[in-house]
Amino acid sequence: MEGTNAKYVSQKISKTRWRPVSSSSLQQPDVFATGSWDNEENKISLWSIGEEISGMEAEFEGDPQLLCECKHGGDVLDLNFLDQERIVTASSTGAVSIYHLHPNSQTLSVSQCWTRAHHYPCDDAPCTGVVCKSPEIVTVGEDGRINLFRADKQAVIRTIDNADSSTIHAVTFLRTAEILTVNSIGQIKTWDFRQQSNTPAQILSQAGDRVPLHCVARHPNQQHIVATGGQDGMLCIWDARQGKAPASLMEAHTAEMWEVHFHPTNPDHLFTCSEDGSLLHWEMTSGSETASFLQGGRNNSVLSRSAVAPAGGGQSLSAWLSGDSSKGRLETTHMLPSQTLSVNSLDVLGQCLVCGTDGEAIFVNRQVPV
Amino acid sequence: MEELDVEPTTTNIPASEGNHLGFVWGPGDILVYDTIYKSSGSVGTCSSFIHEVRKDEDIYSPILRKLFNESHHIFVGLQTIREDLPNKNKKTQETLGRYACLIWNLCEVLFIDAAPGGSLLLHLLDWVRLHKADVDEKAQEVLQSESPTEHHGYWDVVLSYLMQGRMDEARQMLVKWGVLKPAARSMYKQMDNLLSKMPVYNPGGSQTLTEFDVKWRHWHDMVDHSLQDNSFASDPNLELICKILMGDEDAILEQKDLLSTWYHFLVTRLLFSHPTVKPTELHYYAQSCLAMFDSRSAPEPLDSILLAAFEFDIHQVIKDCSIALNNWWFVAHLTDLLDHCNLLQSHNLHFGSNLREFLLLEYASGLFTHHSLWQLAVDYFDHCPEFGRVYLEQQIEHVPLDTERKALKVLRICEQRQMSEQVRSICKIMAKRALRNNRLGSALSWSIRAKDAAFATLISERFLQDYCARGTFSDLDLIDNLGPAMLLSDRLTFLGKYREFHKLYGENRFSDAATLLLSLMTAQIAPRSFWMTLLTDALPLLEQKEVRLPPKVNERNTWEPEMSSLYNLHQKKVLSTINWLVNVDV
Repeated sequence: MEGTNAKYVSQKISKTRWRPVSSSSLQQPDVFATGSWDNEENKISLWSIGEEISGMEAEFEGDPQLLCECKHGGDVLDLNFLDQERIVTASSTGAVSIYHLHPNSQTLSVSQCWTRAHHYPCDDAPCTGVVCKSPEIVTVGEDGRINLFRADKQAVIRTIDNADSSTIHAVTFLRTAEILTVNSIGQIKTWDFRQQSNTPAQILSQAGDRVPLHCVARHPNQQHIVATGGQDGMLCIWDARQGKAPASLMEAHTAEMWEVHFHPTNPDHLFTCSEDGSLLHWEMTSGSETASFLQGGRNNSVLSRSAVAPAGGGQSLSAWLSGDSSKGRLETTHMLPSQTLSVNSLDVLGQCLVCGTDGEAIFVNRQVPV
Repeated sequence: MEELDVEPTTTNIPASEGNHLGFVWGPGDILVYDTIYKSSGSVGTCSSFIHEVRKDEDIYSPILRKLFNESHHIFVGLQTIREDLPNKNKKTQETLGRYACLIWNLCEVLFIDAAPGGSLLLHLLDWVRLHKADVDEKAQEVLQSESPTEHHGYWDVVLSYLMQGRMDEARQMLVKWGVLKPAARSMYKQMDNLLSKMPVYNPGGSQTLTEFDVKWRHWHDMVDHSLQDNSFASDPNLELICKILMGDEDAILEQKDLLSTWYHFLVTRLLFSHPTVKPTELHYYAQSCLAMFDSRSAPEPLDSILLAAFEFDIHQVIKDCSIALNNWWFVAHLTDLLDHCNLLQSHNLHFGSNLREFLLLEYASGLFTHHSLWQLAVDYFDHCPEFGRVYLEQQIEHVPLDTERKALKVLRICEQRQMSEQVRSICKIMAKRALRNNRLGSALSWSIRAKDAAFATLISERFLQDYCARGTFSDLDLIDNLGPAMLLSDRLTFLGKYREFHKLYGENRFSDAATLLLSLMTAQIAPRSFWMTLLTDALPLLEQKEVRLPPKVNERNTWEPEMSSLYNLHQKKVLSTINWLVNVDV
C-alpha cells in the first residue's frame, strides 16, 4: 500500500507495540516501542512518528525518529505497555523486566526485574509471553510455568509450576482473574486464578493434527471469542464457552503465524502476520451485493469453512464464529508492498499500524482503512 | 603457484614472542593459539589464550547493516524482475565509503548506461559533479559575503564551475564582477558571449555528432581568436579562463587544488579539448591524465580500479575491488548487476562455478558468520545454482539455537528447501534438550515435527518409567490429548491406549477396560518390561462380576456362551491370555 515505507534500523525486530493513547482524547498514536532479537546486544527502542501531515502525499510520511533506547539482556520475546510510562518485556534469559520512561529526560531505564521468572532446574528458560492489566502482569515460558506478578511488588504473587508439559507460546486475559494460554501441542487452556488448584479450568484443542499454536487474541467486546494462529499458518476462531473444536478455520499464511490482533475499537477487522513475510488485514463486511474493495494492495476474498454451527448473537459475532458466507464476507488484503523476510510483530491502534521484520525494517501505515 | 597481486597485510597476535603459532580456519575467521615450540627449535612455555582473528569488520557496523538489508531486498527483487534495474544512487552515497560509491557510479556510467560518444562526456560530467559537491557550499559562502567579488574564494568558485562544465552558474557569478567594473565592460561582454555560445551536445536532439563537432570546432576557433588578439590580456583572471576554455593543459593543471583528483582533471580536459570522446578512446586520456596530474606518487588501489574501469576491463575492476575492499558486498552485488546486464562473459573458474556465483558465495558465507545477518545469506545461496545448496546445508547447522523461536525459523528455512537431514538433526537437538529439562510435551512436539518415531518411542518409555516409579502418570494433559500423533510410534500408541484403559477403569466401565487390556496384550505393542504391570492390572478385573467379554477373540481362546457363571468365563479368559503371554515366542 502507498504510505508504507520501510525504515531500516540495523536490528531484527521481534516485537513492536503502540504506546497507549489516553481514552479521552481521540488522538492517533504517535509513539511506539520496538524490541530486538538475535543481536549480540539487544535493545528496547522508543520511536516517534511525529504529527500527522495532512495534505501531503502518502509517500512523504515522516520517517519514525528514534526517541531513546535501552539495552536489554537476551532476545526480547514479548513486549507490552503497562501504562503510558512503563514497558514490560519478556526475555530469552527467562527474565521479566519493567522499563520506565522518564518524561523529562526522555530516557528509558530498568525500574524492576524478576531475573529467574522462568527457569529449568539447572538452566534458564526463555520467557515467551507477557500480558498486563495494570498492575497485574502474567508471564509464560518455555518451562511451562505461569507466573502472576504485580508491578511494584518484588515477590511473585502466584506461580503455577508445570502448568504445561510443553512450551506455552502466548497468553491473553480472558476475563478478570482468568487467562488463556496456547502451547506447542496445539492446546488452548483457560486458567482461573481465583481457584486454588493448579489445573486448567478448560482444555480446548483441534480434532485432527495438533498443530503448535503461537499466538492468541481475544475479541475486545465479546470475551468468549478467541482467535489463534499456529505453525501451519491457519487462522482459527474459537468460542471459549463451548465446544472442543474451533468454530471456524481459515487458510491465512504459508508459514507460522506469529501474531494475531483484533482491532481494539473496530473488531470487524483482524490483522495477522507471519514467517512467510506477509501481513494480512481481514475485514468482515456485511453481506451485500456490492463488495467493498480496500485501497491498493493485493486483494483476495476468502470464504471460510465452518466447523460448528453458529452460536448466535450480534452480526459481527456470528460472522466471526460461523464464517458463513451468507452472514458476511471475509475480505483479506496484503498490507506490505512486497514480500519481505518474516514479519515478526504488528500492532494496530486507531488508524495506525506498525510492524517489524527480520529484514531489520519497520513499516508504519497511518491510513489503515478501518 | 600464482603470483601475489599485493603484499599480504600482517596482523600481530599478542602471544609469547618467538613461539610457533598454531591455527585453524573457521568460516570467516582464523583461530590462533600459542604453542610451546619456539622458532629456535627449543621448547618453552606459552600462554593459554585462543585468539580469534577476523578480517571483515564491516559487517558489524550498524550503518552498513542497513545497506546489507536494503541491498538484500533489492537483490531478491532483481533475481525475479529482469528488466527493471534499481537506482541505488541516493542510498549508496549515504552509507558506503566515498571511494566505493565513486567506483560504483563510474561502473554504472561506463558499463550499464554504456553511453556512446557525445553523451559519454555528459555522463562523466554528472559523475564528477556528484562527487565534488563542495562547490555549491563555497559559492553560497561567497555570495553571502558583503562584497562577493572581493572574497578570496570568488575566482576559485568561477573556475570550479567552469571546470565542471556548469556554464550558467559560472556566468551568474561573473555578472557580479562585470557589473562592478564598468571600465572593463566590453571585456566582460566578450567573455560572457564566449561562455554562452559554448555548444552542449543534446543526445535527444536532431543534431548528429558530426554536426556538433563542427559547431564545437567553430566555437573553439572563436576562443582561440580572442586569446591570440589579447582581448583579455589586461585581466589575468579572464585570460586564465580563456586559456582553460581553449583546453590548455598547463592552465588547467595549475588549478590542481581546485580539481583535487586526476579524474576530475581528465573530465575537464576532455570537456575543453575532446567533447566527442568515444568510450574506446577513454583509456588513452585516462593514463596520460593520471601521469600528468601526479607524476611523483605511486598509484593507489583506487587509481588502478578507475583505470581498469576506463579500459572497460570489467574483470580487472572486480579483481582489484576484491583486493582493496574489506567486504565482499561491493563486488558481489556489482558482479550480479553486471551479470544481469549480460556484460560478464561466462568465465568459468577452476572449480566449476562462474565468477558471479563465486563472489556471491563468498559474500553470503561472510554474512553467515554474523550472529544476525545469516538470514539474509539464505536468499543469496538460493540464487547460486551450482553450489548454493551445498553451502547452505553445511552452514545452517552452525546457527546456534538459543530459543525455540529461533529453532522454528531455522527449521522453516530447511523445510522450505526439502533439507530433510537438517530438519531431523535440528529437531533431535531440540527434543533432546527438552527431554533433559523434563519437558516431555515439548520433546514430543519436536519428534512429531521431524516424524521421528525412534524419539517418540524414547519419550513414551520415559512416561512409562515414571508411571512404574510413581504409580501415576505425569503430564496427563499431554497423554490424554495425543490425537493422531499417537500413531507416530508403537510405544506411543501403547501409552495412549494404556492411559485410556486407566480412564475406563476409573469410570467403572470394566468390560470396556478389560477388552482394551486384552487387546493391548495381544496386539504385541506392549514392551516386555511392562507385561508384569499389565498382568497386575488384570487382577482386579478378575474380581469384577459385571465384566462381559466378546464371544470370540481368536482361535486360541474358545468361548462357551452357555457358561452360567460370568465369573468363570472371565477367569478362564484371563488365564488363557496369561498362558499365551507366557508361551508366546517374541
